[in-house]
Amino acid sequence: MTKSELIEILARKNQHIATNDVEAAVKTVIEHMSNALSVGERIEIRGFGSFSLHFRPPRTGRNPKTGDAVDLSSKYVPHFKPGKELRDRVNSAWEHDTD
Amino acid sequence: MALTKADLVEKLLEDLGINKRDAKELVDQFFDEIKTALEAGGAVKLSGFGNFDLRDKKERPGRNPKTGEEIPITARRVVTFKPGQKLKAKVESFAGN
Repeated sequence: MTKSELIEILARKNQHIATNDVEAAVKTVIEHMSNALSVGERIEIRGFGSFSLHFRPPRTGRNPKTGDAVDLSSKYVPHFKPGKELRDRVNSAWEHDTD
Repeated sequence: MALTKADLVEKLLEDLGINKRDAKELVDQFFDEIKTALEAGGAVKLSGFGNFDLRDKKERPGRNPKTGEEIPITARRVVTFKPGQKLKAKVESFAGN
């Protein structure tokens, strides 16, 4: 499912809301989640999961073409931890499939 | 302070001219539809944010960390998140708290 497919599904389920508003809502939700992470704020969505930042210490990398050493500074990377409901739903649907 | 669904509803009220009930409904359904798609075995790709993918893990040996007893970790399907370029770039410059 892509972002535009998600917008279509939500628009179909909410015919009393203008499609433009549904589209704007999806984009706004994503934008605010990105903004929160970019200032180091966690995101906690019950039943879905949480997003946080993980620290990556500085390291010496290599230019894969030339083999030259490059100093890479420390950085933060986004991390997602699925919540219990999401974990259980995804796994039990799959277990039923493979039975 | 973590960002929650209630905060996202507030943002929708500030940014869009929709009522609170609709805003709440859209935020709930946003996450519900992603869960439903993943449950049905499909990956979810939110451009600009990242991709939620599924990985099937084989059974592997594990240990009860309290008792040290060996117990296998059963085969399972898990959700992974791969942040997109745009999100990675935005977060990388974060200097830390």
